[in-house]
Amino acid sequence: MSRSGVVASAAVLLSVPAVAQAHLVNSGLGPFYDGALHLLLSPSDLLGLVAAALLAGLRGARAGRLTVMALTLSWLLAGMLGMRLPVNADLTWLSVVSFLILGLLVALDAKLPPVAVASLGAFYGALHGLLNGSALAAMGAAPSALFGIVLTVMVIALLTAATVVPVRALWARVVVRVAGSWVVAVGMLMLGWLAQGMA
Amino acid sequence: MTIHTQVARRLHPGRLWLAVLVLSSVWPLMAWAHVESGQAGGFLSGLSHPVSGLDHVIAMVAVGLWGAQLGMPALWVLPVAFPMMMAFGGMLGLIGIPLPGVEIGIAVSAVVLGALVLGEIRLSVIAAAGIVAVFAVFHGHAHGTELGAGQNAMLYSLGFVIATGLLHAVGIATGLINRWDLGRQVLRGAGALVMVGGLYFLWGAVA
Repeated sequence: MSRSGVVASAAVLLSVPAVAQAHLVNSGLGPFYDGALHLLLSPSDLLGLVAAALLAGLRGARAGRLTVMALTLSWLLAGMLGMRLPVNADLTWLSVVSFLILGLLVALDAKLPPVAVASLGAFYGALHGLLNGSALAAMGAAPSALFGIVLTVMVIALLTAATVVPVRALWARVVVRVAGSWVVAVGMLMLGWLAQGMA
Repeated sequence: MTIHTQVARRLHPGRLWLAVLVLSSVWPLMAWAHVESGQAGGFLSGLSHPVSGLDHVIAMVAVGLWGAQLGMPALWVLPVAFPMMMAFGGMLGLIGIPLPGVEIGIAVSAVVLGALVLGEIRLSVIAAAGIVAVFAVFHGHAHGTELGAGQNAMLYSLGFVIATGLLHAVGIATGLINRWDLGRQVLRGAGALVMVGGLYFLWGAVA
């Protein structure tokens, strides 16, 4: 796919209206698509996912490949674990802090080695996979819903990282860093809302 | 020309992709079995909040104008620093840490930023980022904490941050006229307008 195609793909995915759901949405197309839609409608999952992919893209092709694989695999494995051994603790704080840190690293254009970026991606994937798996178990959802989520994770991470990897122009890299600063800003506001008990 | 060649030409990747985009945009949305409330409202509320207050708008735009005057690297450092510090101010407000003179601080931000644009004042990047960061805390403290009942906090925050960033972008894009002599003068005039607006709001805050 050409670069413009990748950009357009990312634009289409990002333009999907993000609505948070406390339960698995019913796409009408079966559990696989319910899972895929669940991720697309969960901004708390998407922000960190996009931030991790942006960070990987900024660090080059190798970091991009490693991160997409680590993120996807950890999300899948932790999701399966969560479906078997659901976690009941409220990990919203950890989730917000994790995407805040990823956004900060993007904003700073942190020069991390590819393995470190992939490790951060793996941690984020494991955390959200565990949360997704636990939620699916609580709802009695079919395992294919998890596969829907994970496949969507992979597509978004791949498209986002692939869009950023070839970016060399200063202004374009600045745009990516500004996006990171926006993720940080949302994270800090969310910490405030959580402290107030409104999120 | 064979039929295969004709089909291959018609299936040019660009055209194919355009078709996919059109198809995506006209794809019918499925009806939900229940009604969600507060989600889109949260996003739209956050998105509209920064543009609903003129004091906030002129200061945000002035950040972009000043960044454009200063050039690289301030051009991007200021819009990166501002949202983060603004959110920090919002977080302070949400966890109950008071900030005295918030409205005065917002009005002063417009006065100072307008004056900096009017005078084409060139400071170091660190000093410029410091000034912008201090004012951002006031804006965040006042504006980032007004979530309506039943609205989604995450989407409100997202909308708020995006709207603020876009106001900076408007300032930066406008500030690009700085490369022409006439544009420089117009830009300084815009700074004067921001400063006058700030003085008006300052009068309202202290009166």
